[in-house]
Amino acid sequence: MSMPDGNARVITFAQAINEALAEEMRRDERVFIIGEDVAEAGTPFKVLSGLVQEFGRDRVIDSPISEPGITGLSVGAAMTGMRPVVDIMFGDFITLTMDQIVNQAAKIHYMSGGKLKVPMVLRTTLGATRRSAAQHSQSLHAWLSHVPGLKVVVPSTPYDAKGLMKTAIRDDNPVAFFEDKLMFQDKGPVPEGEYTIPFGVADIKREGTDITLVATSSMVQVALKAAEMLAETGISAEVVDPRTTFPLDKERLIKSAIKTSRAIIIDEGYERYGVTAELASVIADGAFYYLDAPVKRMGAMDVPVPFSPVLEDLTVPTPETVTHMAKMLCGKL
Amino acid sequence: MTSKIDPSNPHFTGVDREQWIHIYQQMLRIRLFEDTANELYRSAKMPGLTHMYSGQEAVAVGVCEALRPDDYITSTHRGHGHCLAKGAKPNIMFAELLGKAAGYCRGKGGSMHIADMDSGNLGANAIVGGSAGIATGAAMSAKMRGSSQIAACFFGEGALGQGLLYEVMNMAQLWQLPVLYVCENNLYNEYTHYSETTAGDLLKRPQAFGIHGEEVDGQDVRFVYTTALRLVEQVRTSQSPAFLQCNTYRFHGHHVGDIDRTYYRSKEEEAQWRTNRDPLTILSEWMMAQEIVDQALLADIGHEIEGETEAAVQFGLNAPYPDVSEVNQHVYA
Repeated sequence: MSMPDGNARVITFAQAINEALAEEMRRDERVFIIGEDVAEAGTPFKVLSGLVQEFGRDRVIDSPISEPGITGLSVGAAMTGMRPVVDIMFGDFITLTMDQIVNQAAKIHYMSGGKLKVPMVLRTTLGATRRSAAQHSQSLHAWLSHVPGLKVVVPSTPYDAKGLMKTAIRDDNPVAFFEDKLMFQDKGPVPEGEYTIPFGVADIKREGTDITLVATSSMVQVALKAAEMLAETGISAEVVDPRTTFPLDKERLIKSAIKTSRAIIIDEGYERYGVTAELASVIADGAFYYLDAPVKRMGAMDVPVPFSPVLEDLTVPTPETVTHMAKMLCGKL
Repeated sequence: MTSKIDPSNPHFTGVDREQWIHIYQQMLRIRLFEDTANELYRSAKMPGLTHMYSGQEAVAVGVCEALRPDDYITSTHRGHGHCLAKGAKPNIMFAELLGKAAGYCRGKGGSMHIADMDSGNLGANAIVGGSAGIATGAAMSAKMRGSSQIAACFFGEGALGQGLLYEVMNMAQLWQLPVLYVCENNLYNEYTHYSETTAGDLLKRPQAFGIHGEEVDGQDVRFVYTTALRLVEQVRTSQSPAFLQCNTYRFHGHHVGDIDRTYYRSKEEEAQWRTNRDPLTILSEWMMAQEIVDQALLADIGHEIEGETEAAVQFGLNAPYPDVSEVNQHVYA
């Protein structure tokens, strides 16, 4: 597991994102932030607090409630020498930006035969169980992972979030960066000073020998808790975090599955046609001769996210459901 | 539908003789390019379809002649005219239309996606209204970089049905961005007269945002050019948006395959526009009356551009296709 060096401070996920943005804005005057309530409000989750005080309203730009418009503006600004970070408050609202992201940002480099570039970051959220109902709770990162030309980041720790955000801003392609809303106050070690984390490098969050739990974003902590519970029953689980769904570190996923001979993919997007399907296929393909059980997928239940807590909690994988599935695969039920 | 030729108009006499001749050449270049593209389609030499600009030449040329070489434009599916008017080379364009590696986009964009950064062309766009964000973002970027560039955003009246346009016009006015919105009202949203799709007065739409808007006879390049000169200057010096509605007509169908058009417009209407409202005729007759040109010079110009167009299409036809290894190049920068 990659860990910060030296005397790492402990800061929140939100602070890590904030630091990454501030450092990149200090380093590169072409970087700016645009979005709804990003300036004095610092977003509803306060992730951007303090940035407008340092960088001013010309670089931390409060926009109208116009997701397609601010995304389109960012595409044009990126094509002409700037490096925008467009803030889409809830992941559900990326649906409004689809033409600008999918038909414009993702395709411009290719359609222009490599002449034009769109170095922009679309920051948004994912994750349910915040009692926000069906239009503020979805995890739609699979939608953008589907589209050639886009890169998609799904960080799971403050350390990863900071390093990956800095890489996203420096990347010459459109990058979608999904942050779990429930993770913003989670704390973790983050070193002082400069570091970046390359895309397409999965991280082993916990080593194990009996079963591989491939987990993304919000589901990494679920998988880690499940791994602890499994350890008590004598099952050694390895937790692998791809960190980016594209580019995808297929090699490390396959290698872990070969080692353990069993794998479960856990992701908070809808299960059908989702990230879990793609990752399971990668492992089934690459580790076929080494597997002792079918690769299992655990995604969000295929229903619009319900409001009532007793219903909502049923829709996402939990340490208990993951543990149950793992025991089943290991023949220990 | 009578031509507004007014040889004594002082606006027109302030322009050099050579400039009017150059404008005529540019319009003829577009007309012959489109006629040739149509032939490529009819003789099955061109893959796919194309949307001809014939009839609307005065708009692209009148506006682009008012721009600086480093100003930006965004174009539409009916975009050949804008590309040529902004300085693209016909031979490289034909190569692109034919899917050849020598094309502006190495054959990856085709007719609807020609982009040429060397001439400030950020790309034609096959999503109606899809480039409104890009143009406005380029204007924002120009302002942020203090470059004094402006962006001209070409779109048809069909784009008035797209919400994105209103989102970005709102921001352009709020943030005083140097963008000129050029609405080409050629009367038809594909196969439907615009009066069936568009409520109210077109010009009141930008005016509702407080954007200065003007309407001009889009068949008479003298009006388009002199109005564009004034508006471009205003946009550049005041660093604020403007809107130019150009009333024009598409001589051909929505695309080259749209042959039987009588169910949405009459042959008489088409003949009327071709006979009385051809932008090339309107300009050439006035230049003759003003003794800017004579028949012999017009004939020379005609031969010259015919020869150039023929050579350009031969270049495209003879150019090699891209190597198959290019299929997955330029997906990412």
